[in-house]
Amino acid sequence: MTTQADDELWSAIGDPSRRQVLDLLVSHGEVSASWLAERVPFSRQAVSKHLVVLERAGLITRRKQGREVLYQVEAGRLDQATRAMAELAAQWDRRLATIKRLAETAHAENKRKPS
Amino acid sequence: MPGLVIEREILIEAPVEVVWRTITEPDQISQWFADKVELVVAPGAHGYMEFGDQGGPVVVETVDPPTRFSFRWNHPRGEEPVAGNSMLVEFTLTPEDDERTRLRVTESGHELRAWPDAEKQRYSDEHRDGWGEFLDRLATLLAKR
Repeated sequence: MTTQADDELWSAIGDPSRRQVLDLLVSHGEVSASWLAERVPFSRQAVSKHLVVLERAGLITRRKQGREVLYQVEAGRLDQATRAMAELAAQWDRRLATIKRLAETAHAENKRKPS
Repeated sequence: MPGLVIEREILIEAPVEVVWRTITEPDQISQWFADKVELVVAPGAHGYMEFGDQGGPVVVETVDPPTRFSFRWNHPRGEEPVAGNSMLVEFTLTPEDDERTRLRVTESGHELRAWPDAEKQRYSDEHRDGWGEFLDRLATLLAKR
């Protein structure tokens, strides 16, 4: 099932550049946009744009420290996102298993009655 | 290749034509996907699928027997599914031999399809950095926190 919130989540994580940003945030804790920009193969502006999308999807939060803005991952939301994706994948696994059973049964029946 | 949300596959012990019928015939679709299916399998055809007490429109995109079948759906919001508000489900059937077929399904979201081509290219270049690995990595990292 898809809801508006899910849509934002999918598109936020669907982009490989944003996944890279998320990865860095997950593994390094609280960091600034400039710190991130030094470690990714795209521009500082692109980093800022990705951070906005991730924040809107609730995947990260920001905090001001002195003159710097620091970002960190919202673990609960990210965990929820990975669970939702795993569930979507599991749903397709169940459907594919049913398709397999239907097709193999039909094939066995076709073989039994000579055409 | 659009950015993928979900990609799964399975090996089926049946010829490709049999698998094709299973995934495209409405009375078969109602056994593995929706509870009720009204669908003409032709490109651009509009249909309807019902899931429990909810239902929504479906639009067929690609019909290329017996190897490619795709449709767009927008469950459960009920708007007409077009690029930009729906999920695209794409089936690819590959005969392994006369008796076996590999069936792959991808379900991709709308925003992903609006990516610039360079981005899509990069995504497919990063083929190994798929969803499964991303999920595993995140799960591991999250567990360590």
